[in-house]
Amino acid sequence: MEFINNIFVNIAGLVRWVFNWLLGWLGLPLGLTDVLMTAVYWVAIVVVCVLCALFYVIWERKLAGYIQRRPGPNRLGPNGWLQTIGDAIKLVMKEDIVPDKADKPVHLLAALLAFVPPMLALAAIPFGEGMAALDLKLGVVYVLAVTTLASLPVLLAGYASNNKYSLIGGMRVVNQAISYEVPQAFALLSVIMVAGTFNLTEIVHFQQQHLWLVFVQPLAFVVYIISAVAECNRAPFDLPEGESELTAGVFTEYSGMRYALFYLAEYCNMFVAAGLATTLFLGGFSGPFLPGWLWFILKTFVIMSVFIWVRWTLPRIRADYVLSFCWKILVPLTLLNMLVTGVVLYLI
Amino acid sequence: MNTETNKQGRYSEVYQLNFGPQHPSTHGVLHMLVEMDGETCVGVDTKIGYLHRGMEKLMECRTYLQGLPYTDRLDYLAGVNNNLPYVLAVEKLLGVEVPARASLLRMLTCEIMRLASYMVGVGIYIMDLGAVSGVFYPFQEREYALDCMSALCGARMTQSYIRYGGVQADINEEFDAAYQKLVAETPRFIEMYHKLVDENEIFLRRTKGIGVISAEDAMDYALTGPNLRASGVDYDLRRDAPYCLYDRFKIEVPVLTAGDCHARYVQRMLEVEKIFQLIKEIYAALKEEPVGEIMAKIPKVLKPAAGEAYAQTENPKGIMGCLVASEGKLNPLRVHFRRPSFDNIAIFEKIMPGHKVADLVSIIASFDIVLGEIDG
Repeated sequence: MEFINNIFVNIAGLVRWVFNWLLGWLGLPLGLTDVLMTAVYWVAIVVVCVLCALFYVIWERKLAGYIQRRPGPNRLGPNGWLQTIGDAIKLVMKEDIVPDKADKPVHLLAALLAFVPPMLALAAIPFGEGMAALDLKLGVVYVLAVTTLASLPVLLAGYASNNKYSLIGGMRVVNQAISYEVPQAFALLSVIMVAGTFNLTEIVHFQQQHLWLVFVQPLAFVVYIISAVAECNRAPFDLPEGESELTAGVFTEYSGMRYALFYLAEYCNMFVAAGLATTLFLGGFSGPFLPGWLWFILKTFVIMSVFIWVRWTLPRIRADYVLSFCWKILVPLTLLNMLVTGVVLYLI
Repeated sequence: MNTETNKQGRYSEVYQLNFGPQHPSTHGVLHMLVEMDGETCVGVDTKIGYLHRGMEKLMECRTYLQGLPYTDRLDYLAGVNNNLPYVLAVEKLLGVEVPARASLLRMLTCEIMRLASYMVGVGIYIMDLGAVSGVFYPFQEREYALDCMSALCGARMTQSYIRYGGVQADINEEFDAAYQKLVAETPRFIEMYHKLVDENEIFLRRTKGIGVISAEDAMDYALTGPNLRASGVDYDLRRDAPYCLYDRFKIEVPVLTAGDCHARYVQRMLEVEKIFQLIKEIYAALKEEPVGEIMAKIPKVLKPAAGEAYAQTENPKGIMGCLVASEGKLNPLRVHFRRPSFDNIAIFEKIMPGHKVADLVSIIASFDIVLGEIDG
């Protein structure tokens, strides 16, 4: 039990031991081990990123199918579970079309950068006890900062495509991401006020000792989930993509591999948002019987499924209502929530 | 691009956005050249013709019998409804009397296809607003209606079921079974869809007060069908100028006054209930009618006497009229259709300016247009 719980930590320890031994044998300075371990961590994060994106793309299509009274993809592999891999191969093999008047370097850069923010954020999220690649004291602030960057590649894509639909989409991304950053930060602040720390692992420890913060801060949880959906540009806040209004919004001029990168990055962004919600509100990797990392995966799975459920149920909100909802409802609510939290904490 | 300062005194540029013809929510190949200021529309120029097949000319070059199946391809969501005005006009020229049973069958199929067409209209409406799942439930319901048609005449969408002088086939056991299924499922569907959509806050926000058409404007722009009735004009050809045997039945016509996108949705859902009632009444009347002729005696080779005839019917999209002029030859001299979707979209240029891009989508969707009909 203990062994399975710490399996990834043990693997990391083993790898570190192997590197130490190798470096000693080659007569190189042992300080290089840390550099090599960073590389290993990055590889691990990329693998996690790609795996969860591949899984959640097919899971979304399955779940959407069940919601819409149809079986969903069910041909490739066992009950269709290999469909995403097939689609990814197809997209990679496709011709890479770049519009003639596009800003070509930026057009490419946008697709490449799309994966960076979720990877940076995943580094700080504790998947289990001692399983955060980057255990920062200001973990929450760091994750908030890098997830904000996620709107930059989308804006670049909208600008570089030289298409009016893309440009409108790009403008909407900035509009939305900056606005929803505010209630999201306020919601997380009230959590931090309760837990008394910015460190993600310590927040989980706090929840292990007391109780899940979703019961202490239910309002903050709801606001966080809404803002997270908006930050990930998911329906009902998928205005930048807005298929029925802007054809494909910022992604109109993207095809093949570049489109696939954006598509997968979207799921990675969602996974980060779900992971953060799990860590901050649902007790992270804590839970009985099962190993911690499995609890983490299960909880994020539930939140991801909620994201998908919402997407396939609600109509799209209009751009101006998105903003008025944020500034007129969410921000005052979270401010009030912080005030009440502060007063209660002061009295206790 | 022209440069100007907008109402708030901010510097902004008006730009042109090609909304369509390749666009997911123009219901095909409608092309709107939209003048935009930021996200706000300041002018619309509707361009059509991307699906023009020269339907009227094709029909003029063929015999009457060869021309009939082309009518199905106008409003392809309701095939039989398009057969009817053409057939009625030709029958006026021929001067034939249609058997009562055939008339009832015509009405029954027209109402069933009207139901199917409304299902598409409502479903696509919800889908265009972004709730993609909303399209699957009405389409399931439409499937039951199409199954009825398939059992009756062997074709699902382009049926050409209504023929000169009568109809193609009488009802059979297979049709009865499909009909029972339709009757059993429709009330359940209506109730469920009301629960799914009606009180959705986002849906209400996206549709209430958007694209408002006053009763005067609606009449000035010759709107017909549910779009007209949603603006408060109580006009339905089935009741006000009955054709076939509609005068035998009491036709209830719901009328709303708001005239906005939301009213057009509610109007369709209310009419679905009335259509369903009417289908049941017509079916009951058909069962009472003695089994007999479903075709009048018409000559093998159709050569109507020289002259003109005009017939119009209430179609799912509005009033469909058909003018047929004959010289007494094998082919008609002139065939012309009044296509309801074509007349309905004329008002876009008046109501769209001032709305956001997202609202343009709501407005187009709420009109329930079919490009096959607009372009002819």
